[in-house]
Amino acid sequence: MAILVYIEHAGGKVKKTSLEAVSFANALAAKTNEGEVVAVALGAIGDDELASVGSAGAAKVLHASDDRLSAGVIQAHASAVAQAFEKVGAKTVVLAKSSLGDAVAARLAIKIKAGLVSNVVELPDTSSGYQVKRSIYTGKAFAMTAVETENKILAIKKNAVDLKTDGAPASVESFEVSLADSDFASKITSTEQATGEILLPEADIVVSGGRGMKGPENWGMIEDLAKTLGAATGCSKPVSDIGWRPHHEHVGQTGVKVAPTLYVAIGISGAIQHLAGVNSSKYIVVINKDPEAPFFKAADYGIVGDAFEVVPKLNEALKAEL
Amino acid sequence: MKILVCITHVPDTTSKIQFTDNNTKFDTTGVQFIIGPYDDYALARAVELRDQTGGKLTVLNVGLAESDPTLRKALAIGADEAIRVNAEPKDSFFVASQIAHYAKEGGYDLILMGRESIDFNGGMVHGMVGEILGMPSFSPVMKLDVEGSTVKMAREIEGGKEMLEATLPLIAGCQEPIAEWKIPNMRGIMSARTKPLNVVEAVSEETQAEATQYQLPPAKGAVKLIDKDNVGELVKLLKNEAKVL
Repeated sequence: MAILVYIEHAGGKVKKTSLEAVSFANALAAKTNEGEVVAVALGAIGDDELASVGSAGAAKVLHASDDRLSAGVIQAHASAVAQAFEKVGAKTVVLAKSSLGDAVAARLAIKIKAGLVSNVVELPDTSSGYQVKRSIYTGKAFAMTAVETENKILAIKKNAVDLKTDGAPASVESFEVSLADSDFASKITSTEQATGEILLPEADIVVSGGRGMKGPENWGMIEDLAKTLGAATGCSKPVSDIGWRPHHEHVGQTGVKVAPTLYVAIGISGAIQHLAGVNSSKYIVVINKDPEAPFFKAADYGIVGDAFEVVPKLNEALKAEL
Repeated sequence: MKILVCITHVPDTTSKIQFTDNNTKFDTTGVQFIIGPYDDYALARAVELRDQTGGKLTVLNVGLAESDPTLRKALAIGADEAIRVNAEPKDSFFVASQIAHYAKEGGYDLILMGRESIDFNGGMVHGMVGEILGMPSFSPVMKLDVEGSTVKMAREIEGGKEMLEATLPLIAGCQEPIAEWKIPNMRGIMSARTKPLNVVEAVSEETQAEATQYQLPPAKGAVKLIDKDNVGELVKLLKNEAKVL
């Protein structure tokens, strides 16, 4: 018996969100007596890096190093994870919500006949049946969900559990996957990705700017503050709609939903659609010159003032402290 | 080309979310329902593709009679016909099973829907339908062009996008900026009244993960305001009180 965790990697590193998924599985296995945690990694990545997944609580990592799996071809990944599931004899799969993770989980659910719960925010309640708490209405509510199937897939939201860091190195085992041509029916022709930046959906701190920034030429201030804080940068919908910032930085109901420990909103009024994308943040700081901005109602800390005046001062004060 | 667009009937994005019946039911009091915003993007792109290549555009919703005005709106925006699977959309698997059945029956070349519904946010239905039908599925797709039987797409990934090529038939979960939302014009609204809206029965009752109880998040405490000339105070609070630095 084991719990299987599908882990993702980028730039030779296992993603932090995947380590959270391993930590979640580790706590779950202890609760449900499902044995050890086995992770499955697909495509080219170093064995030393995979062994380090042990720190989050995995006993073993199955590594299918077939280079065709290095790019995230959805169907091929779903087939490979289904084969790992059979091999391990698992009943439960845990993975972190992501662009690829979601797409793989949905196909996997049909392949292994598993009840699937997405946006899971805490460990399941197994006192009567199998009830999983998930975030719904874009963070405005939660639903307890009864999973009725023997096999289960849990796609977890960021910050669902604390990251475990004290586990022993995992053993890494190579794993042969048999893949059909139909698994590669689609082809990834190129990838455009911001490099050397902290990725918004995975960031612990996010600094976002809105229309109050008055123009893309003023984003240096946002970037400086983000750099000081080690944060990712985001923006409101109007800002990405008018093209001041790329779409992948749009935070909100129809953009990226973030769940950082600290969210700093600068010159954003706080429309309900924007709040829907940030309401899972642990702490929210709002800087806005309009004291009536609705965002202040959702904030923990606020400064009423002109961003052009406050942000550079805040940046200096933080630099002195950090 | 035969295109199927699956739409959800969901509370408007500005709705205040509340529950009734001992927190087991969504409270629809004062709530306006709309086509899911992501589904609206899928529909807009489908109308453009149908106008380019000809063929037929069908919209489908799994829902009760309350969904009919939402389907009529989709017809006004430009769909040729509508299907409503007369059942409560109980979970992703249930909805995917219905869509897969009627999609197979209809023999569609392209199946589009939103990347996720804005009520349950699962984002799983397109992938499930794809796996049931043995078709490739892609999400979240922000660009989709059809050239003959080749489909060129851009899919959003963390911090960027990947360009993809695949062949029809396929399924895509869509998001902006795949197309601009279309607002129905008077001619569209008039013609929508006479376009077919067929109500069909659910083909399976099986569910796997149904919501049983709802909760609202705890109320947020009052904001602590810091004077703009004393930003050092904010740094202190972040460090010592919130402990996030």
